[in-house]
Amino acid sequence: MTDALLLESMAIVRVRRETSDTFTFDLDARPRGGFRFAPGQFNMLYAFGLGEVPISISGDPLKPAVLTHTIRAVGPTTRALEALKKGDPVGVRGPFGTPWPVDQALGKDVIVVAGGIGLAPLRPAIYSMLSRRQVFGKLCIAYGARTPADILYDKEIEKWRGRIDVDLEVTVDRGDPDWRGHTGVVTGLLRRFELDAERTVAMLCGPEVMMRFAARELESLGVPAACIYLSMERNMKCGVGSCGHCQLGPSFVCKDGPVYPLTKVEPLMSVREL
Amino acid sequence: MNPESLARSLAQHPFCKDLTQAQVEFLAGCAKNARYDAGEYLVREGSLADALFLVRSGSVAIESHIPGRGSVKVDTLGPGDIIGWSVLLPPFRWHLDARALAATVVFCLDANCLRGKVQADHSFGYAFTLQLLAAASQRLTHARLQQLDVYKAELR
Ligand SMILES: Cc1cc2nc3c(=O)[nH]c(=O)nc-3n(C[C@H](O)[C@H](O)[C@H](O)COP(=O)(O)OP(=O)(O)OC[C@H]3O[C@@H](n4cnc5c(N)ncnc54)[C@H](O)[C@@H]3O)c2cc1C
Ligand code: FES
Repeated sequence: MTDALLLESMAIVRVRRETSDTFTFDLDARPRGGFRFAPGQFNMLYAFGLGEVPISISGDPLKPAVLTHTIRAVGPTTRALEALKKGDPVGVRGPFGTPWPVDQALGKDVIVVAGGIGLAPLRPAIYSMLSRRQVFGKLCIAYGARTPADILYDKEIEKWRGRIDVDLEVTVDRGDPDWRGHTGVVTGLLRRFELDAERTVAMLCGPEVMMRFAARELESLGVPAACIYLSMERNMKCGVGSCGHCQLGPSFVCKDGPVYPLTKVEPLMSVREL
Repeated sequence: MNPESLARSLAQHPFCKDLTQAQVEFLAGCAKNARYDAGEYLVREGSLADALFLVRSGSVAIESHIPGRGSVKVDTLGPGDIIGWSVLLPPFRWHLDARALAATVVFCLDANCLRGKVQADHSFGYAFTLQLLAAASQRLTHARLQQLDVYKAELR
């Protein structure tokens, strides 16, 4: 077992620009024999000398030689990570947190609802389900971004859209004159999918208010609250349940989350960070 | 399409899911099928609201014309959605454009006929208005979320 407080240095092997403020980097995990994680888990990434931030793993769990994160530069630490180049070292602690309920979804229909950067933590779950597609029922993906220019992983999205065993819809809150796709909020897509609602597992990730609206819409379609899972975010420091920074009601997001069933988290969703 | 088969296919539309069979048959008296090619307008902003559309297949953009910016798309509707939930409300004018993005098939319900039926049979009118209200409430919820601009970065 790895020591959760131990910081490992890993080198960047590839950087990809996703949108104007979002980038993906792959870290070389070969020197440590690969990096194993469950979809939905996150790492604490340290920009040397500056600070540490929780970032979900966005790569393929079946390809442990690289450790992939997709990061939106919003403040000092994420901007420092954005400035790094191929070959630069990044401090990594993890993996931490609870995973998406991929195994609970066996034999059931699955709906993945992602908003903005929220597609990043869900991508490993999508990879995992696609790698054994036949053991799930329908696989529906609803993705909402702010504008067409903010859509993540656009080439990959087109690949998924081309599969006959995936129902995928993308929408933007604000279109532009060249945008030929759907305009409107991601919750507006959910009725389009033909799901066996009572036997559906939903995985939601995005801004909290978007998840609240989406969860309500799914419940109104008949998806049981216990089968709706959300990934929560709170400010973090230790990542291992000892500092109390990420408290959400009686739980710690770093240890008891970030993925929670709606039944656990619904009463706490409007509670601010403590 | 004869009245019986029109009523049968109308009953499949989500808008009719809480209406009784008799109510759907009553409603079918105002309905006809219509098809729009990609690019064709179902309704134009400012013109008379003379129909309620229940989308069966295809895709429809809801747009507004903004001088200097042209047509701005605010929503995209598809199978199961309705267009024209203000059909019962004066001044009976369209507030926005609706344009087919792909070949689109709809049930087109005549507005005068609908208003007459809602007046003539209040229990039908109640059930019908409840469906309109549900659709309007859902659209309003989506519009509120859209207005919140939740994906915008709050930069420090
Ligand atoms: C479990 C978990 C997984 C995450 N996964 C990812 C990921 O895959 N990719 C990614 O880009 N980001 C992810 N985040 C968010 C990321 O950790 C923050 O954006 C980061 O901590 C910001 O640090 P900063 O020093 O750059 O900016 P700060 O100065 O700390 O913050 C800049 C702005 O972002 C807001 N902010 C900071 N942290 C959060 C947060 N946790 N939730 C919402 N708003 C926040 C602040 O209010 C502020 O407005 C995740 C967070 C958690 C808790
Ligand atoms: S980050 Fe310290 S308890 Fe969760």
